[in-house]
Amino acid sequence: MEQLYIDLENYLGIGTDSVPEVVRLAIAVLVLGTIFLLAPILTIWVERKVAARFQNRIGPNRTGPYGLLQSFADVLKLIGKEQIMPAHADRIPFLFAPLLMVVSVIMITAVIPLMPNYIGADLSIGALYFVAIGSLSTIAVVMAGWGSNNKYALLGAFRTVAQLISYEIPLVFSLLVPVLFAGTMSMVGITQAQADLDYWYIFLAPASFLIFLFSNLAEIGRTPFDLLEAESELVAGYQIEYSAMPWGMFMLSEFLHAFLIGPLVAVLFLGGWDGPFAEDVPVLGVVYLVIKSMAVYFLGMWMRATLPRFRIDQLMEFNWKFLVPLSIANLLIASFLWELFPEPAGGGLVDNFPRFIVMGGSSLFTLMVGLEFLRRKSVEDRERIARLIDEKNYPLATADQTGVAGD
Amino acid sequence: MELNQWAFVGVFFVLAWAFPLAPIVLNRLVAPSRPNKIKTDIYECGVETVGDAWGQMKVQYYLYAIIFLVFDIEMVFLFPWAVAYGAIGMSAYLAGAVFILLLLEGLLYAWRKGALEWT
Repeated sequence: MEQLYIDLENYLGIGTDSVPEVVRLAIAVLVLGTIFLLAPILTIWVERKVAARFQNRIGPNRTGPYGLLQSFADVLKLIGKEQIMPAHADRIPFLFAPLLMVVSVIMITAVIPLMPNYIGADLSIGALYFVAIGSLSTIAVVMAGWGSNNKYALLGAFRTVAQLISYEIPLVFSLLVPVLFAGTMSMVGITQAQADLDYWYIFLAPASFLIFLFSNLAEIGRTPFDLLEAESELVAGYQIEYSAMPWGMFMLSEFLHAFLIGPLVAVLFLGGWDGPFAEDVPVLGVVYLVIKSMAVYFLGMWMRATLPRFRIDQLMEFNWKFLVPLSIANLLIASFLWELFPEPAGGGLVDNFPRFIVMGGSSLFTLMVGLEFLRRKSVEDRERIARLIDEKNYPLATADQTGVAGD
Repeated sequence: MELNQWAFVGVFFVLAWAFPLAPIVLNRLVAPSRPNKIKTDIYECGVETVGDAWGQMKVQYYLYAIIFLVFDIEMVFLFPWAVAYGAIGMSAYLAGAVFILLLLEGLLYAWRKGALEWT
């Protein structure tokens, strides 16, 4: 399966015997890592342009054609900035945190199948590897917050722990659904299973797809889940004491992580590189993967531009009282129906119409029931606050009456 | 072949540190460095800092961490269950369902006890 680095060997003319194994692996790693680290330079430009359009602006348009060189200018500026070392900081975690942050994100790229036979490492536990490596960023944020010796930074770090570990639960429960369908944790295996079926898991488990997307958006900590760096309340959260390139590394890892959600969702629910003629012309696989990734990335940008930030009590309630029970119910129903229906033999959506209707329908039905509960709860909350205002108890009402957070 | 895949991850983990380290070192070499007392002070919106940040925090955060631990361990057990699911059949479903529902009951208990309320 490691065609990527076998091709590289042929291309670079390094024979199998002349160069040690480690060097050949290192070259493959450097190529893969560099490709993905340069991707944010483009995606930041896309993001700024799209965000600008959402806000009826034009966006960067002075540096180069269509402002394409804006990110390069930003990088040049960051290189010239002074790195400030706070006098009271805990030096080792302070300096170590931005490195660990980037490492925790860039390591994910190892298990993303780029096209048929092209993947960094086809691990048999790819899905679990993604969860394990992704949660390293929690530690990096805590190190940054703790090392800064700043109250805002530490508050941001504590919120991060609460948020990231909480949203990991619905993330994994919805991740289990494609693993269960495919019968393997390998990312290549999951993609191949969908290619063999001729339809994608999103049709069988739309609710899992949505839960996975939302909890991933919470994991990367962008609006509406950006409590870890809430500008208006925590100044910048854990990043407050960082300047120049270490700060740039936090930004880089955030944008890279946000972009990587695209390929991950595409592999697990949208068939990865699967598409017409992808098996015969592997290069098409990359095109399909990029199209699907950008579609998912656009959903994230859309939410980012539209929704206001959650309050921390809302954030935790949304997770523990809505997403977690919903994802568990969804897993139980999906696995039950998967057992009830005979194994699919491929043949696309038309041949599997009953299965698709029952599984997709029940998944959507579960989601609707959950949303109805959520709607009733929020109506109840609004009426309670309206009552408090009528009784002139709000906003003077204490925290336990209104549920307003006090950190 | 499988060992080779893990070697890739191992090499990746060693080399991955170079990706963030290179721009930071370049930045340090190129950029000026003129620290002074005001510049290296803790930034808390210009207000003079009182005391250390390494104090006590709200206990609610720890409650969430404890509830999370239960589910975290559950998830690790559920991965092999999901992989072997197709081969085992209905008994796998029943065993998995009982296991998940037992832990769901733990969540409901925490919910009723008010551990999920942010006060």
